[in-house]
Amino acid sequence: MPGKRRRALHLCEMGSFPCARPPPAGDGGGGAGYSRVVYCNDPGCPEATQLDYPGNAISTTRYTVANFIPKSLFEQFRRVANVFFLIVGIVSFSPLAPYRAVSVLLPLIVVVGATMIKEAFEDWRRKKQDIEVNNRKVQVYDGTRAFYQTEWKKLRVGDIVKVEKDEFFPADLLFLSSSFDDGICYVETMNLDGETNLKRKQCLEVTTTLHNECSFHKFKALIRCEDPNEKLYSFIGTMQYQGAQYPLAPQQILLRDSKLRNTQHIYGVVIFTGHDTKVMQNAMDPPSKRSNIERRMDKIVYVLFSGLVLIASTGSIFFGIKTKGEISDRNYRWYIRPDKSSIYFDPSRVALAAFFHFLTSLMLYGCLIPISLYISIEIVKVLQSTFINQDREMYCEETDKPACARTSNLNEELGQVNTILSDKTGTLTCNSMEFVKCSIGGVGYGSGLSEAEEAVRRGSQYESSELKDPPISSEGYNCAAVTRKSVKGFNFKDDRLMNRQWIKEPQSDVIQKFFRILAICHTAIPLVNNSSGDISYEAESPDEAAFVTAARELGFQFYERTQTSISLHEFDPNIGRKVDRTYKLLNILEFSSTRKRMSVIVKTEEDQLLLFCKGADSVIFERLAKNGQEFEAKTKCHINYYSEAGLRTLAIAYRKLSVEEYKKWHEEFLLAKSSVNADRDAIVDETAEKIERDLILVGATAVEDRLQKGVPECINKLAQAGIKIWILTGDKLETAINIGYACQVLRKCMKQIVITLDTPDIDALKKGENNAIEKALHESVAKQIRDAHSQVSVLKGSSGLFALIIDGNSLAFALSRSLENLFLDLAVDCAFVICCRTSPKQKALVTRLVKRSTRKTTLAIGDGANDVGMLQEADIGVGISGVEGMQAVMSSDFAIAQFRFLERLLLVHGHWCYRRIAAMICYFFYKNITFGFILFWFEAHAFFSGQPAYNDWYISFYNVAFTSLPVIALGVFDKDVPSRICLKFPSLHQDGVHNIFFSWPRILGWMLNGVCSSVIIYYFTTSAILQQPFNKDGHGAGTDILGAAMYTCVVWTVNCQLALCLGYFTWIHHVFIWGSIFFWYIFLIIYGSFPPTISTTAYRVFLEACAPSPLYWLSTLFVVISALLPYFLYSTFQRTFFPKYYNIIQSVRLENH
Amino acid sequence: MNSKGASTSGGDGTRDSSAPRRNSKKPKYSKFTQQELPACKPILTPAWIITSFALVGLVFVPIGLASLSASEQVVEIVDRYDIDCIPEQFQKNQLAYIQNSETNKTCTRNLIVPKKMNSPVYVYYQLDNFYQNHRRYVKSRSDKQLRSTAYEQVTDSCKPEDKANGSAIVPCGLIAWSLFNDTYKFSLDSKVLEVNKKNIAWKSDQDHKFGSDVYPKNFQSGELIGGAKLNASIPLSEQEDLIVWMRTAALPTFRKLYGKIEVDLELNDKITVVIQNNYNTYGFGGKKKLVLSTTTWIGGKNDFLGVAYLTVGGMCLFLAICFVLLYVFKPRTLGDPSYLSWNRNAAGHPS
Repeated sequence: MPGKRRRALHLCEMGSFPCARPPPAGDGGGGAGYSRVVYCNDPGCPEATQLDYPGNAISTTRYTVANFIPKSLFEQFRRVANVFFLIVGIVSFSPLAPYRAVSVLLPLIVVVGATMIKEAFEDWRRKKQDIEVNNRKVQVYDGTRAFYQTEWKKLRVGDIVKVEKDEFFPADLLFLSSSFDDGICYVETMNLDGETNLKRKQCLEVTTTLHNECSFHKFKALIRCEDPNEKLYSFIGTMQYQGAQYPLAPQQILLRDSKLRNTQHIYGVVIFTGHDTKVMQNAMDPPSKRSNIERRMDKIVYVLFSGLVLIASTGSIFFGIKTKGEISDRNYRWYIRPDKSSIYFDPSRVALAAFFHFLTSLMLYGCLIPISLYISIEIVKVLQSTFINQDREMYCEETDKPACARTSNLNEELGQVNTILSDKTGTLTCNSMEFVKCSIGGVGYGSGLSEAEEAVRRGSQYESSELKDPPISSEGYNCAAVTRKSVKGFNFKDDRLMNRQWIKEPQSDVIQKFFRILAICHTAIPLVNNSSGDISYEAESPDEAAFVTAARELGFQFYERTQTSISLHEFDPNIGRKVDRTYKLLNILEFSSTRKRMSVIVKTEEDQLLLFCKGADSVIFERLAKNGQEFEAKTKCHINYYSEAGLRTLAIAYRKLSVEEYKKWHEEFLLAKSSVNADRDAIVDETAEKIERDLILVGATAVEDRLQKGVPECINKLAQAGIKIWILTGDKLETAINIGYACQVLRKCMKQIVITLDTPDIDALKKGENNAIEKALHESVAKQIRDAHSQVSVLKGSSGLFALIIDGNSLAFALSRSLENLFLDLAVDCAFVICCRTSPKQKALVTRLVKRSTRKTTLAIGDGANDVGMLQEADIGVGISGVEGMQAVMSSDFAIAQFRFLERLLLVHGHWCYRRIAAMICYFFYKNITFGFILFWFEAHAFFSGQPAYNDWYISFYNVAFTSLPVIALGVFDKDVPSRICLKFPSLHQDGVHNIFFSWPRILGWMLNGVCSSVIIYYFTTSAILQQPFNKDGHGAGTDILGAAMYTCVVWTVNCQLALCLGYFTWIHHVFIWGSIFFWYIFLIIYGSFPPTISTTAYRVFLEACAPSPLYWLSTLFVVISALLPYFLYSTFQRTFFPKYYNIIQSVRLENH
Repeated sequence: MNSKGASTSGGDGTRDSSAPRRNSKKPKYSKFTQQELPACKPILTPAWIITSFALVGLVFVPIGLASLSASEQVVEIVDRYDIDCIPEQFQKNQLAYIQNSETNKTCTRNLIVPKKMNSPVYVYYQLDNFYQNHRRYVKSRSDKQLRSTAYEQVTDSCKPEDKANGSAIVPCGLIAWSLFNDTYKFSLDSKVLEVNKKNIAWKSDQDHKFGSDVYPKNFQSGELIGGAKLNASIPLSEQEDLIVWMRTAALPTFRKLYGKIEVDLELNDKITVVIQNNYNTYGFGGKKKLVLSTTTWIGGKNDFLGVAYLTVGGMCLFLAICFVLLYVFKPRTLGDPSYLSWNRNAAGHPS
């Protein structure tokens, strides 16, 4: 099972590419979208073969063996730096090159090769997975009388397959029949959407009889349906069978990669194969996000490019001038034979020579461009992600889920988060509902206190203890605490109803109706535990499970569901004991977020037709009959009270139907359902609307969604870190405010600014004309925002904090172009913002607005499908891998199991990663600038002729051998303060928000440091090792010795510089840093022992000349220390006189030890 | 009630609570993955700052003194002769003098020994403004050809001095072609001072870069003669002047070892040098100097390193003292929470 789940996560990463996927099968005449024809049980017939649908084999690899080399090379050379080095490499075969070509190409080959190997390895893993999947076995009907086993990849559209219990469906199937007589089966769709509950599928009535091998012999049908698409929850098509047309719905479709459960076997017809299946159509790359730092890094690379061009052209100009001067009398350098010069040095064609020199210089200073930067960063980020995945502090015991960094691109962005936009349900709360209160017939029942109520009561206590950790003992915050209740999902206490006392209530008939509706109006499935006989429920939403459980606890036990009936053990007050009653289920009008209600139509044992309906109060109240409003006022009052207590409410109503009315409607409904076009859903909704009216109100329910463990503490910490928190929720205003109190986003001392359109005078406005209303509402919102704004700006200086609460309707206006900025200004001034009654689209819009206008990093966190837009829109999307399925996780960048892990993710990992990456990039530029500028200083003393100071191979090894590992160690392991301190001083996070480690002054400072080091190294080394005898034997020092000495200083300096700015020295750092320096000497010895034709100037230079000379060692020591001094001085002064926040924290830590 | 809750709340409250955890996904503990490797965390505390400055100072000053004194012990005589060695009548037209093969190039110089010079006394020639590091010049050689007779024809890199009269030049290239050809003859009180020209090149060059069976061929036989000629009967590995010259200098001012005088020179000894002033530095405004120098453990005379060590060391000591004074007179705890500046800006909780 864990493996499967991981596969599901990989769906997005598998990355199907347009070229890997065959083009959609358009068969010429087909109209847009509904052209697919399937010849059932006859895949071999000429018409079917003509259609040429793709086979069932899938390929999720990016490359094939044939195209790997060209394609991955192409990918590699889309990076500017790589192209530059390729061009340099090619030009280096010409006489222009200052070095040998191979030494230029080697680093490029190493870097590109390493990246390609990584790609190949990843692709190979995908390939293995594909092969495994394609070769799974399935039973296929052979067209005569028997089923035979074959591989998945050999399936064709139209084949009839038999799938056994607990097997995966090999393709998208039309469900024909199952081992159950009534033609149902249960499937688990975890690989599609991560939901683990069982879903019921239902085949067509006409095909339920196709039970055995023989019956398929004569089975022939023609299916016309939609073309392959990615919508998992819709399917439109018809089946022509035995001369009649039957409409097909998602109910009859079994999707590839879902699993057959609780059913012996099923038969189905293959409709979509391979890449046409919905799951494969869904597999696509998540929108790729890049971090701020990376974007800025690109700019720096461009800065370096321009620096390169600048110094190259400076050199060329000087070269031109000097070369031209050669012909003059006093400057005739006969020893280079200007009279017989090649074009590259020809004094008579200076312009051309200077141009060629420019090309040479580009090669010479190529090392300014950090070729290995990208790959190093990639390696570092992958390792950082591993740390996030492996963090035991972010592992959730209850759900057995560790944190998961789904992209490694955004690690450092976590440390810069300025605004968090959070969903409420399932994110702040557990999303496990508890039935706590209800209002039946105008009487309120249920005496428990909700968390929000408790928080309000405790509210005053928190005011004084804000900065301290809130008491941990608070009983309500524990998710797991739910288990200590005797019944999960039920927290209802009222002696008037419990233990069958309800029959003594004055309106016991209403109470009976109420609970009967709860027990019948749902789509849950009962699961009977064989050993104990207990019944538990699998429901699509936790609310529903809570209702069914509540009904059971109060004596209306739902125990069986067939396709056409629902059976209850019911307590009959007339007889005084339990009886079994079965209700014939006629229709289910399903819940959707647009309808906000669901209904069932049942026929009782007394042949009475009833419609039971539950839904949002606003929707139900609109549809009440004149005689059904008896309890409306009181129920409304209760509902308001419940929402204030932070509870979720639903209104419950029913309706009696006459047979004629039902029959007439039913026909209409069937017609609507069997229509095959795009707006079928709308037509069905419209038809359903016609029967869901004239309802009689019975009461309302209130369920509580408990806060997750640690949420208030976490929010408190994040607020201390200076992160703004927005809560975007679909709840009512009152509920939202109360949840705000419960998780301490809101405090009593805060000034609340409420912007709403739900006031009486606005209601009055609604009578008018459409356009006018719009305008008036817009005006009203604008006025409210303006008022609030002036209020805020007046009180800004004082300690008053503001919380902005805005509802969805007003938000729609506030987000309009004209008010957008005003609204945002207001929101930015408020510490907390709660947007209630927001639609998923509004969530995404708000996110975009915040991201675009503040230009700061935003993080969205959510758990449900309705948060997907928000997660993708935000700079960072964090998915909660909780109860509501995996859709949010699949579109997120990071997945955590509980909200409280966000604290650690941002404050610890975010902080570290940000610091590390920033330090790493700055350092990278430093080391390359140091190296490159020394070459320039040398060239300036070598007639600007493009002569490098070092041997070729020193240059090529610089980035890949002597300086690569330490910088990776810096990026992976460095930390300024331990995690404990990060959490204790959340304001450290502001370093990232203000981007102080990667600000332009800092970057330029590092570059300046690089230039400074290069000057010191070059001039001090050349001054120390001048023309005087180099050793006791009187030998002089030539280019070879000076080059080696200078290079030694560079290697020492850049590695020691790294050691200086490290805050955390483990043995790994020691090994890498000192190892790199040591390796330079080893390299020098090995390279120096190659024959002189290979090693040229490095031949025995270390062993013979440098090592025995004290001058070499003394100048190394001196130059290295002097080159480090400027940085050291700067940091001591900065620390002593202008300490940064983290410096102080570090010192605090030190003193406390 | 609370305690009861706490005791059971450790379990999991969600669905499959009864299922045993066979393979939990809980990350395995290791110091590496939890980023808790033992480490030292260097922080620049006042103590560290003072210690490191003092340490650098204390190490640098003695080294500086030692190298400065070593450098001071070196006795060096530098004599620029390129101008003075041109006869009066040619001062206006130095180039004509040096390029004319008929003129008498002999020139006599007198040097006074300023201090006792212990043997060996190294003799150098120093050239100024001579770009031996020019790319065209540096590349104009053939390592293969120098190494072995088999590669005699490998002269591609040597242009324009690759071939003369249709056959390959050995050694080819501009470097060899422009070999320095001034000669010095020393005498002390009209007694000839022998100049030992053996072992003036690096051993590895002699043994491995220049072949013992490679003889000069066709050298300096083109239309334009560059520098010195080579004795065609001596193999390249024995031509130490050439070997020294071929090891190109890094900077436009450089010295090359000419030979060794293996007798002590006493104070105020008057050394007479007879110079054959052949080499043309006049064309490009270069200078020629004759240098006699002794050596010590640090090499030749160069005060830079000693002075620099002393300066930096002194500066560090000074800074160390400054910091000590700073902390004595103005102690300040770095960990003063009142500097927690973000706290004041943080949108959050006023106290």
